[in-house]
Amino acid sequence: MMAPPKLGRRKTAAKAEKPSKVGDAATWADERLGMATLSKKHIRKVFPDHWSFMLGEIALWSFVVLLLTGVFLTFWFKPSMAEVTYMGSYDQLRGLHMSEAYASTLDISFDVRGGLLMRQIHHWAAMLFIAAMFVHLMRVFFTGAFRKPRELNWVIGGTLLILGLLEGFAGYSLPDDLLSGTGLRFADSALKATPIVGTYLSFFIFGGEFPGDDIVPRLFTVHVLLLPALLLALIGAHLLLLVYHKHTQWPGPGRTEKNVVGFPMLPVYAAKAGGFFFIVFGVTALMGGLLTINPVWLYGPYDPSKVTAGSQPDWYMGVAEGMVRIMPGWESQILGWTISWNLVIPALVAPMVLFNIILLYPFIESWITGDKRDHHLLQRPREAPNRTAFLVAMMTFYGVGWAAGGNDVLAVVFNMSLNQLIIFLRIAMFVGPVIAFILTRRWCISLQRQDQDRLLHGYETGIILRSPEGSYSERHLPISEAEAYTLTARDRDEVFEIPAGSDGNGVTAPRARSQKLRSKLSRFWFGSNVQKPTREELEAAHHHADSELALHSADAHPADGHQYDGRSDIAGDELRKH
Amino acid sequence: MNGKSSQPPPDRTGGSTGVPGNEDAVADPHLPVPAEPIDNPGLPVHQPRPTDVDDAAAKRAERQIAAMFGLSAVCALLFCVAYFVFSIGEETDTFMGLGASNLALGVTLGLALLLIGIGAIQWARKLMSDHEIVEMRHPVVSPDSDRTEALTALNQGFDDSGIARRPLIRNSLLGAAGMLGLPAVVVLADLGPLPGTALERTVWRKGMRIVNDVSGTPIRVEEVEIGQLINAEPAVFFATDDEGEPVIEGPELQAAKAKAAVIVVRIDPAEITPLPARENWGVDGILCYSKICTHVGCPISLYEQQTHHVLCPCHQSTFDLADNAKVLFGPAARPLPQLPISLDAEGYLVADSDFREPVGPSFPERGDR
Repeated sequence: MMAPPKLGRRKTAAKAEKPSKVGDAATWADERLGMATLSKKHIRKVFPDHWSFMLGEIALWSFVVLLLTGVFLTFWFKPSMAEVTYMGSYDQLRGLHMSEAYASTLDISFDVRGGLLMRQIHHWAAMLFIAAMFVHLMRVFFTGAFRKPRELNWVIGGTLLILGLLEGFAGYSLPDDLLSGTGLRFADSALKATPIVGTYLSFFIFGGEFPGDDIVPRLFTVHVLLLPALLLALIGAHLLLLVYHKHTQWPGPGRTEKNVVGFPMLPVYAAKAGGFFFIVFGVTALMGGLLTINPVWLYGPYDPSKVTAGSQPDWYMGVAEGMVRIMPGWESQILGWTISWNLVIPALVAPMVLFNIILLYPFIESWITGDKRDHHLLQRPREAPNRTAFLVAMMTFYGVGWAAGGNDVLAVVFNMSLNQLIIFLRIAMFVGPVIAFILTRRWCISLQRQDQDRLLHGYETGIILRSPEGSYSERHLPISEAEAYTLTARDRDEVFEIPAGSDGNGVTAPRARSQKLRSKLSRFWFGSNVQKPTREELEAAHHHADSELALHSADAHPADGHQYDGRSDIAGDELRKH
Repeated sequence: MNGKSSQPPPDRTGGSTGVPGNEDAVADPHLPVPAEPIDNPGLPVHQPRPTDVDDAAAKRAERQIAAMFGLSAVCALLFCVAYFVFSIGEETDTFMGLGASNLALGVTLGLALLLIGIGAIQWARKLMSDHEIVEMRHPVVSPDSDRTEALTALNQGFDDSGIARRPLIRNSLLGAAGMLGLPAVVVLADLGPLPGTALERTVWRKGMRIVNDVSGTPIRVEEVEIGQLINAEPAVFFATDDEGEPVIEGPELQAAKAKAAVIVVRIDPAEITPLPARENWGVDGILCYSKICTHVGCPISLYEQQTHHVLCPCHQSTFDLADNAKVLFGPAARPLPQLPISLDAEGYLVADSDFREPVGPSFPERGDR
C-alpha cells in the first residue's frame, strides 16, 4: 500500500511489486510530486492517546466548520451600511430603515433556506473555537507541554487565541444590529481613549465620525480575508511544529523522554481525528438547529440613541467588559491632554499586559528554574505547584472579571445591591487571585506528599489491625510496579544556587543582582516540592513494609478481608465457595 | 529532517553539553544524578479486546458501524427532503413553535455528520489494530555537523555579497527600506477625514425644538409631569425638505444621533441645585441632558424618579440629574453635559444654544471642559 521508497521508479516496476489501485495512484503522484520520501515517515506516524490531547482538535475542526459555513454566508451577506427599507419576510421590521448589512442578515435568517441554520452553526462554532482554544491553552499550561523545545509553538498558539478573539469581535459586529452597534460604540470609545492619537485612530478606522458608513465593509474584509489568512497560516505552522517535535506524552511504563508510544496516523488517527471532525461539525449543526443564538431580528437595527438593559458582548469579551465596568471613574488632564484612565487601564493596558504574560510565560519560567533541557513527558499539575497556582490565580482573575461583566444581571438575579456588588468585585479582583494562588500551591504540595506516601508506604487497604497491645493501625500494601514507576518517572527539581564567588570574596560577579533574585525565586519555586525517593530510600521503606507484613502474616488467621491481599493462600477459602 | 529520523537517535539527553544557552546544566552541582528508584518495566502486555478474540463480537461491531454509515446516508437524504418540504419566509412552517425548516435541516444535517463521526471512531476503537507502536524521538536540534555546514553556507553567502565590506550599500539599502514605511503609512491617510472640531459640536442650535424621539412632536411645559423622563431629539431629525425628503438621513443621521440624543426630565424646582452659571438653563424644573454616557457612549435612560438618578444600562454609571448630572457611582468620569433650554414663541421647548462642551466619551483633545 505504501509507495515505493525511491523517486523515479517506473510505474511498471511498482506494479510488478505490488499490484493495487492505491499503489498505482501513489506511484502516479510520486512520479510527479516525489511524495514517497516526504510521506514514508508520516503515514504511520505515531500519536499518543489521551483525552486531553483532543481539546486542540476541537479548536481545529471548529475552525474548519467556520470556514465552510462562513463561505456560505458570504454568498448572501451584503457588507454595506447604505440605508435601505426592509421589505423581507419578518413582519415586525418590515418598512423600517436599516443598513444593507442588517437587512441582508435578516434575509439570510428568514428568506434563504438553510440560511438561519448556517448563521447559527457559524456563531456556535465561533464560540466553540474560542472556548476550545482557551481550554487547550490551559491543558498545555497545566501539563508543562509548553516547555523547551515547544516554547515557540506556545507563542503561536497564544497569538492564535488573540487573533481568534479579534476575529470573533469583527464577525459579531457585521450584522449591524442594535447589540453589535453598541459593541462597536464601546470599541470606538476605547480607541478614542488612546492617549494623544485616540481621536485620529477613531476617525481613520471608522472613516469619520462614529458610526459612519465604512466600518462594516472594513470589518468584513478583516473578518473574511485578513484574519482568516493569518489564522490559517499560523494554524499550519502550529501543526507543522507539532509534527516535527512529535507529540508530548504522559510518563508510564515504556513511555520515556526518548520515544513516543501510541497509535499510527493511518489508519487509527485518520479514523479517530477524521471522525472527530464529523462529530464537531455534527454537534454544531445540532446546536444550530436546536438552540437559538444571536437572534438579531429581536434587537432591531442599530440606532445610536437606543440600547437595551442587560446589553452584554459575547462571553469571550466578558472579562474585558467586566474590567471596564468595575473600574473607578478616573480621568486626568496632563499638559492639556485628556487621559481616560477608566478606559486606558481596563480596555487597553490590562489586556496587553495579560496577553504578554501568557505569551512570555515559558521564558519566564525557564529563567526562574534554569531548566534548559528538552521535555517530552508531561507533568501533572501537582508536580509544578507554582505554575498550577499561577494559572488558577489567572483563572480566578478571569472569573471575577467575567462575573463583573454581568454584574447588573447578578444583582437582579440574586437580589443584591449593584453598588455593593461592584465594590466587592473591585476587591475580589485583586484579593481573589492571591488566595487562589496560596490555596492551589498548598493543595499541590499536599498531593505530592500523598504520592510520596503511596510510593513509600503503599496504599490504604481499609483493613484495621489491632495489635496485642490494643493499638490500632491501618494495613498498607505496596502499589503496582507500573504505578510506582509512573510516580517516579519525573525529574528531580534543583534549586538554583548563586555560583560561588559572586559574593564570597567581595567581588561582585556580573548580573549579581539578577542572579540573587533568580536564586530566591528558584527557592520559592522548588523549595517546598517533594522530591522522588532514591533507590535506597525506596528499598528501605519497602523493607520496613515487608517485615511488618511478615509479622502479621505469621498469624495463622489473617484478619477478615486480609486473605485477598495477594500474599495469603486463599486455596480452599470458605468464603470463596459461596 | 525526515531522512535524519530514520537513523537511530543519538544517545543523549535533550539538553546536554554543547547546546548553546545550556551552561546551567553543566554547572549542575547535583551530578551525578541519584539512580532512578525504579527501573522502567517496559510497555505492558497487549490485552486483546472482545472483538479481537470473538468473531461474533467483531461481526457485531462491523454491523453497528455499517448501520451508522447507512443511517447517515438516510439523514443526508432527509436533509434534502426537508429543504424542499418546509417553507420559510412569509408562510413559515412551524413545529412546536419552532421554525420547522431550521429544526429539520439542523437535526438531519447534525445526525448525518455525527453518525459518520461516531461510526469512524467505533471502527477505530473496535476493529482497527490496537497494538501500540513505539517511535523513537529525534533531537529537535540539528546535528553539530549540519549546524556547522549551515553556518558556513550562511557566512559564504554574506561574504560573496560583500555586504560587510561595502557598508555604503548596506546603509543606503537599510535607509531606503526604512523610508518605505512612510508611504505605507501615508497611503492610509484617506481612511478617514481629520477630526477637526467634529466632536466639539452637535446639530443643536439656538431655537431648535426638542421633540419626542419616536413621534417627532414638540414638547410643551404642561405636557411634562414632575418625575417624568422623555427621550428626545432635535427637531431637525424629523424635518423634510420641499420634496418631502428628510433633511438628514442615512449615516449622517446616525452620526448626528450619536451625539445629539437627549433626555428631558421635570424635577421639583426646590430639589434642583444648579451650578451658578446654569440657573436659567431649565424651564420650570424641566432640564435637558445629553443622553450619551460620558463613559463609552451608551444611551442612558434608566430613570429612578424618586431619587432623580439615571443609570447607564451598559456599565452602571449613575448620574444625579437634580445635581447637574454629577457622577454618583460607576466608571464614568464626567457629568452628563446639560443643554440650556427655553421656550419659543409658541410655548414649545427649544434649545438655547448647542451644548457648551463636547458630549459623549472622552477623547485626548477634549481638555478640561
